[in-house]
Amino acid sequence: MPDSSAIDHGAVTTAGDAHAEHPSYQRHHFETVEQQADASAFAMWLFLLTEVMFFGGLFTAYLIYRNWYYPAFVSASHQLNVVWGTLNTVVLILSSFTMAMGVWCAETRRRRGLVLCLTLTMTLGLVFLGIKTVEYKEKIEKHHVPGQHYSLQSFLDPAHDEAALAAGDKPLALDMARHTEIYFSLYFAMTGMHALHMIIGIGILAFMIFRARAGAYTGGHVTFVENFGFYWHFVDLVWIYLFALLYLISRHQ
Amino acid sequence: MSHISPTIWQFLVKWMTNFALFPPEASKIAPQMDALYFFIALVSLIGLTIVILLVVSFSILYSKERHPNAVQIEGSTLLEATWTIIPLGLFLVMFVWGALIYFRVYTPPANAMNIYVVGKQWMWKAEHEGGQHEINSLHVPTGRAVQLTMISQDVFHSFSIPAFRVKREAIPGRYTTVWFEATLPGTYHLFCTQYCGTNHSQMIGDVVVLSPEDFKQWLASSTSGASLAQDGERLFASLSCAACHNTRPDARGPSLANVYGAKLTLTSGQAITADDAYLREAILNPSQHITQGYAPIMPTYQGQVSEEGVIALVEYIKHLDSDYRVQQTTTTTDLLPEGGGKATPAGPAPAAAGKVNP
Amino acid sequence: MNYLTKENGLLSWLLTGDHKRIAILYLISITFFFFIGGALAGLIRLELLTPQSDLMATDTYNKVFTMHGVIMIFLFLVPSVPATLGNFFIPMMLGAKDLALPRINLLSWYLYVLGGILVIYTMVSGGVDTGWTFTTPLSTHYVNTNVLSTGMAVFIAGFSSIFTGLNFIVTIHKMRAPGMTWFRMPLFVWAHYAASILMVLGTPVLAIAVVLLALERTIGIGVFDPVKGGDPLLFQHLFWFYSHPAVYIMILPGMGVISEVISTFSRKRVFGYTAVAFSSVAIAVFGFFVWAHHMFIMGISNYAVLVFSLLTMLVAVPSAIKIFNWTFTLYKGSITFETPMLYAFGFMGLFTIGGMTGVFLGTSGTDIHLTETYFIVAHFHFVMVGGMLMAFLAGIHFWWPKMTGRMYPEKISQMAAVVTFIGFNLTFFPQFILGTLGMPRRYAAYPPEFQILNVFSTAGATILGVGYLLPVLYLVWSLKYGEIAGDNPWQATGLEWQTQSPPLTENFTELPIMDHEAYDYEWLENQKTKEVASAG
Repeated sequence: MPDSSAIDHGAVTTAGDAHAEHPSYQRHHFETVEQQADASAFAMWLFLLTEVMFFGGLFTAYLIYRNWYYPAFVSASHQLNVVWGTLNTVVLILSSFTMAMGVWCAETRRRRGLVLCLTLTMTLGLVFLGIKTVEYKEKIEKHHVPGQHYSLQSFLDPAHDEAALAAGDKPLALDMARHTEIYFSLYFAMTGMHALHMIIGIGILAFMIFRARAGAYTGGHVTFVENFGFYWHFVDLVWIYLFALLYLISRHQ
Repeated sequence: MSHISPTIWQFLVKWMTNFALFPPEASKIAPQMDALYFFIALVSLIGLTIVILLVVSFSILYSKERHPNAVQIEGSTLLEATWTIIPLGLFLVMFVWGALIYFRVYTPPANAMNIYVVGKQWMWKAEHEGGQHEINSLHVPTGRAVQLTMISQDVFHSFSIPAFRVKREAIPGRYTTVWFEATLPGTYHLFCTQYCGTNHSQMIGDVVVLSPEDFKQWLASSTSGASLAQDGERLFASLSCAACHNTRPDARGPSLANVYGAKLTLTSGQAITADDAYLREAILNPSQHITQGYAPIMPTYQGQVSEEGVIALVEYIKHLDSDYRVQQTTTTTDLLPEGGGKATPAGPAPAAAGKVNP
Repeated sequence: MNYLTKENGLLSWLLTGDHKRIAILYLISITFFFFIGGALAGLIRLELLTPQSDLMATDTYNKVFTMHGVIMIFLFLVPSVPATLGNFFIPMMLGAKDLALPRINLLSWYLYVLGGILVIYTMVSGGVDTGWTFTTPLSTHYVNTNVLSTGMAVFIAGFSSIFTGLNFIVTIHKMRAPGMTWFRMPLFVWAHYAASILMVLGTPVLAIAVVLLALERTIGIGVFDPVKGGDPLLFQHLFWFYSHPAVYIMILPGMGVISEVISTFSRKRVFGYTAVAFSSVAIAVFGFFVWAHHMFIMGISNYAVLVFSLLTMLVAVPSAIKIFNWTFTLYKGSITFETPMLYAFGFMGLFTIGGMTGVFLGTSGTDIHLTETYFIVAHFHFVMVGGMLMAFLAGIHFWWPKMTGRMYPEKISQMAAVVTFIGFNLTFFPQFILGTLGMPRRYAAYPPEFQILNVFSTAGATILGVGYLLPVLYLVWSLKYGEIAGDNPWQATGLEWQTQSPPLTENFTELPIMDHEAYDYEWLENQKTKEVASAG
């Protein structure tokens, strides 16, 4: 990211005479609109960096345990539904596209286009969560949620488990089967944290749609939409990694 | 002096009698560690003195009264290089010296006498090979390398003997080791130094260092009647381990005779040495520790055998020669210091021949 | 008219976006928590007056030291200088009207308060006794106290700290006045920049560790549970990945204060400005790669110990550089000994001891004997209390005239500084000896031969308590009765001193232009001559 040097906004020498030309959305403590936009974009990138560290902790844990308990992680990953997972990936990539369109609409001051794009993004986000719910429901039904009711049945006796049978799993020894619980712990922690980010994003989208209808982002002040765009793309990106790590890499031994 | 309150008087007396600002040096490593300690202390003291001297003298010389106009100085690359390189050099000396001692403390010699230590909320259990069990105390002889193989049944604990300058955490799920050679008979503190819950401060005990003769006596008088390996033998039988692990040609499991210390190849292709940690893992998480050529049929004993049980089993396996019997050793004298070769085998079991039926 | 009088009423404070008002809000709240934490420390010292655990039961003692640690670290030390002095003065030093993100700044304070309320709730509803380090599996499976509410408090306070750090970085990058290049920034700003990097990158890892801890405790996910194949050491790694850099989050801003104070009161540019600036950044960078030195005896591999011990030695060097640069700033200066300077001298002595004893612990060999004993307690109190708290008090006194427009009373505050210094040494120096003797930390009861040194320590704590109470009394007194300070009572060079005291809400009447180097006392003299000339 380019760091605007301190001199950049030196054109304005006193606060007084600049005031007249300020657009209404410029906050009082910035000297220029560019400075304001720069600052918020930079802040967003930094925030995303903290998010990287946040998910980074989980990814590290996942990679370590996968290395230790490889057979358990392979069998457990066979319990995930790749079709749903792929569908969800497509849904999110689409939502990223609509979000990017939304930013473009805001920049080119198309109010109705913006509202449409944001609504589509939100809908796709909800579809993602819907599919995730279906997946979670499967896990609950099969007692694959870690904790007291966790069941090892699918791993000790794969012959009677559709998903395991389809993947051609061999029965795991009890001690290894037990480690599938760690896989699902991380699965729920990672996808749960991701879903939490989606829910927060959808909440903000709803707020933005409400404001966008009133024309809030199509008057030239697009920082908020742009920054939210960064956030949304980041959340999508995290999903791409989750999809690869949780669903795909253990698919074939 | 009568007006001094008895409490204060007591303090004074205690202060006089315990006029010790430094712990006793009761192990071989202690003087080595103290040498480093005093080296760092000396460097610190010199550094601190330099800083204090400079600050005080500058404060006097350049106080506003004496020196009303400051002279602006940008800096000095030479000076700055000096106080970058000299501390760095000193720190590196400490690093190397410290690392040497660290490796010494955590690399037990091959002929060390092994004692198992199990930590649990809130007590220490020590188990000698001869079957002597101790709670919150540890008896060791002088002049003999003693290795502690430690594990915790619950939370993190830490086994600390200040007089020996050694300390190691006992953590759940894996063995940790530390070793020392006591030099000075006496009774020393044993502390748990990793915070472990309500009665953390009561998880203390005594380390009793005895001369080899006294230690021999102590072993003889404290025996529980069966050695650790015999406890393991009983457990081995009651868990029916021998149904698979036997010497028959059609055995479903590998024979365990002489397995301790042997190099094994696992089904994963990994080559490992069968040490305490491996044996423990192979009992609790067998599926990742299957010897090449055998089917992964061994069930896990996680939750069925306590850590102490695992220790007994490991100890039994250590002492397995050709026959699956351990000699009755109520007199434990053959575990003693002078018989270095007869003690814990470091290599593939033959050293333990003395305790195993021919 | 100034930032304090511009608007009135509680709401004008609670909804303010003004960084100076938020700094004051922070100052009041961290002082509150400091005294709660301090009272708990008092209880600890009272209990340790006698070898038996007689004043309170062991589990009460455990709760007391846990709460002491949690409050002092997450609610006092981490936000202390950054959220108060940093918040107040970074924009002013850069010549900006406010931090880049005023609403995020206010949000950060509310998160802090929420975290604080949760901590108080924890205390009132029975406390927590895991130690502030939340070691698993103790915290997940073996204690039945309020681990969750404490964890949540830490999580929330963590986000407050992330937002503060993020705000600082954006402000420093984007809000500098014309002419304020990177190497004209005061070293206080550099130190905060380094600390902010640590806050932004480290704290999220603590957050995720706490989330996993909470999941482990509530539903038993097994990630840290050895019985299920999890590894409790993983928690240690995640926890210390934040909590070691956190030490630098705590000390770096304090170092920034010391640079300002020493330069001002010796009327001299900081010796080797660039070296001091870069040493802050070096500490931040190396600080991220030394976390496992908290685990030397936990059974990590010997080679990992080698690497982490070496890196720990490297991180000690920049601190040594700073100490010597400050010392040589005095050389050929024109030194006066007002209270902030006394605290700064105290800082230099105590921090040197704290830093050098850190080397005892970073050296893997001696660490075996000294870790987990009172030696380590003494070490980090020398750094945190002797270092950071001294720096905090130096800063509060230094900038008090600017913040409030009033001078603090000089004589009594100099006395308080001396009392603090004496009390501090008496409290914590004996603990080095106790640690060397082997007295373990977190013990409610201890063998009787350690009593005499503990009595010294408790006696010192009493003096220290007085030393900390005095400033509160006379500083509050000075709000009404202190002398009017004037714009620049110390004749300091920072931009914050070139505006009125207390400052306007907008900080400056017109946008300042930085046309000189930092700590340029000749420029200041010229300014004065010019003013006199124009007035004449």
